[in-house]
Amino acid sequence: MQGFSAKHLIAKLRGGIVSPLALRRMGVLGMNARNVHYIARYNDRSKYPIVDDKLNTKRAAKRCGIPSPELIAAFETQPSRARVMEVIEPLWQFVIKPARGSGGKGILVITGRNGDQYVKPSGAEVTALDILRHVSNIHSGLYSLGGKPDRVMIEALVDFDPVFDNYSFEGVPDIRVIVFRGFPVMAMLRCSTHDSDGKANLHQGAVGVGIDLATGRSCHAVQRGLRIDKHPDTLMPFDKLEVPGWRDLVRLAASCYEMTGLGYLGCDIVLDRNRGPLLLEANARPGLAIQVANGVGLGKRLRHIEDFDLEQLEKNVDERVDYAMRQFAAGSGW
Amino acid sequence: MSPRAQVYILAVLLALMGIGLTIYKNRELGFPLLPGEYRTVWTIEAKVSFDADGGPVKAALTLPREQRNMEVLGESFSSSGYGFNIIQQDDEYRAIWSRRTAAGRQSLFYQLDVHQTPGAPLEQPLDLSTEVQKPFLGAREQEAVRLAIYSLVDFARERSSDTETFTTQLLTALGDTGNQDRNLIFGYYKDKSLVDVALLVLAVAEIPAHRIRGLYLEDDRRRLAPEDLLEIYDGKRWVVFEPVSGSPGVPKNFFIWQRGGKSLLDVEGGRNSQVTFSVIANDVPARDVSMLKTSKEKEALVDFSIYTLPIEQQSIFKLILLVPVGALVVVVLRVFVGLRTSGTFMPVLLAIAFIETQLFTGLAIFVLILVLGLWVRFYLSRLNLLLVARIAAVVVTVVILMGAISVVSYKLGIEQALTVTFFPMVILAWTIERMSIVWEEDGPYEVVVQAGGSLLVAVLAWWVMTNRYIEHWTFNFPELLLVLLALILVIGNYTGYRLGELMRFRQLVR
Repeated sequence: MQGFSAKHLIAKLRGGIVSPLALRRMGVLGMNARNVHYIARYNDRSKYPIVDDKLNTKRAAKRCGIPSPELIAAFETQPSRARVMEVIEPLWQFVIKPARGSGGKGILVITGRNGDQYVKPSGAEVTALDILRHVSNIHSGLYSLGGKPDRVMIEALVDFDPVFDNYSFEGVPDIRVIVFRGFPVMAMLRCSTHDSDGKANLHQGAVGVGIDLATGRSCHAVQRGLRIDKHPDTLMPFDKLEVPGWRDLVRLAASCYEMTGLGYLGCDIVLDRNRGPLLLEANARPGLAIQVANGVGLGKRLRHIEDFDLEQLEKNVDERVDYAMRQFAAGSGW
Repeated sequence: MSPRAQVYILAVLLALMGIGLTIYKNRELGFPLLPGEYRTVWTIEAKVSFDADGGPVKAALTLPREQRNMEVLGESFSSSGYGFNIIQQDDEYRAIWSRRTAAGRQSLFYQLDVHQTPGAPLEQPLDLSTEVQKPFLGAREQEAVRLAIYSLVDFARERSSDTETFTTQLLTALGDTGNQDRNLIFGYYKDKSLVDVALLVLAVAEIPAHRIRGLYLEDDRRRLAPEDLLEIYDGKRWVVFEPVSGSPGVPKNFFIWQRGGKSLLDVEGGRNSQVTFSVIANDVPARDVSMLKTSKEKEALVDFSIYTLPIEQQSIFKLILLVPVGALVVVVLRVFVGLRTSGTFMPVLLAIAFIETQLFTGLAIFVLILVLGLWVRFYLSRLNLLLVARIAAVVVTVVILMGAISVVSYKLGIEQALTVTFFPMVILAWTIERMSIVWEEDGPYEVVVQAGGSLLVAVLAWWVMTNRYIEHWTFNFPELLLVLLALILVIGNYTGYRLGELMRFRQLVR
């Protein structure tokens, strides 16, 4: 442990803080600006329920022809033990989610069975009783904002495309795309690590990999705020990483604009081995970590789109995707 | 109009309103801007005493009229067994005590609190008679006195240019013990005071004049007799003279009881009547003086405010009025710094609890309850309870813990820990519940970050809320809440970076 001295602390603080002017020059979007300029201005409150409730998102996605993981069952009210068992008994693997959970809270993934036990991705085993308790917890609103009673959904486990197997430890890599007024503006891949305990949250130690919108290749990778080249657990270099079917994925994200009607949107997408990109969930308040993962500020790109005239904004999905992939290519200065 | 412009206009209006009301309250109503300002309030007690003859008794005391540099804050009368009322008589107010039968020494009291304010003591346009009654100086034995008086008048007239200087000269001569004329006059009028004689001489000189009765306000004076001043009419206005020094103007600490007029006290059915005064100075918080003053005038701003509530409710409001300040601290820390806390305004509730418990006791109790509660909660989580039941169980646990802490600490002689009851129990239970979930989902590190953040915000909020200036302003100028509201509105429009972001995004710059 390093000796603690005031001098050291000051040096660390000075090294750890950058000038706001420098950030502004970089076009970095801050939390306050995001809330006031983008979320409050472009996201209509009345449309929040579509994204805040994953069951609603799923229904809307189905209507718009956007693929998403298969819904096995949903419990609107507190289900009886027999009802839950009836649903999960025939299943080998499944995911239990709160419909209104925030920040990935309350998601229970079961990847297999071992006799009467259910196996979690980490290898830990839980009993049917634990699962019932989890369902009951979700239902009482433990994971929802403000503790409101919640609905429980049971989804089929996504059959993940093995392309990311070497870039993820235990958990599920997903791709976050920020879509502004229908234009995809930035993308990143979130890879869980041993450090993040299989979770894909960047502040818990997951790796954020910036993905070039033009090509689907990795352009930058960050863990705990520091740039890295390889996955810390699997030691796979990120420069070899390329998302297959990238344009389809970007197109899926862009079409979420029509689906939700939200101007500033974060889409979480996973890759299924057979079905291709699936919409996991959409977020009306996407975080800012994507800037760190890409090493680029969001602000410049958002302002570019804000300057569009009506004609440019009325483009269809394919035109928007083409424009974004051309305009926001990595290394283009954006 | 864009929402942003609306916010700024609204904020400016609110701020102007708040500041305007504050200035009004400070300037016009005298509410002190800074805490700890004291004003001297004089308590004057007039004691009327006389020997009653055994029959019906009526005592009338002239009451002081409103004086411009003396604010009467309150008055009270004490007279056991006497009927009492106040009547107006020739623009004077008189207190009348009456009783069917009374015998022996009687004492009646009239007490008033006054506060000196800057300004001229007397109003000029005064409806007093300027008629001069020539004294009768005809008798033979008065011949010498009469000549002496005329000589004094001539003496003063020669050395003066107008009525005012004449009076000064006259009073100087009357105070000069080497003056033959003066000694002759005083030798004749043995039982008359200086003012009596001066009035007589002034009447001879045909200058309208009368007596002013009053008191010098000096601390801790008892059994004072009223003192006299002289007021003369110089043809245009009334001028007051201090008789001994002969200088014009009302002396600084003089409280005028009666101006012109007749007797101070009339007693029917009694003898040996007299009025004595006693004066005590009290240092009273300036705010209380303003409150007393305005409550008499029924100032709407004060009359329809929390000051009209009973004292007990007021002290609750004193605390409630601090909540917005705590909220402002939370807003500032979240918007400008970006601290993570558990529950947005939970730290404010904690800070309020800290105000009651003192900081360190509060911190210790909070951490103790949180740790013990988390421990119990981890056990409860294994019992497969429904959420509501589990939180209720945690609430009960928290209450038991609080009881246990109180009893144990009391037995150990740590009295401060008894204040544990000020902690909001349900909030604590929810905090424990949330924290335990954070622990399960994000690990103990996040619990420490969030609990630490909450405590830091709570301590800062506590520190601001216990500032004596803040306490003084929020309670005495609740209008400042409008300014606070304006400030929060403006902060709500801030789109710059947070301090935490300067650190978070530092890699982007390099």
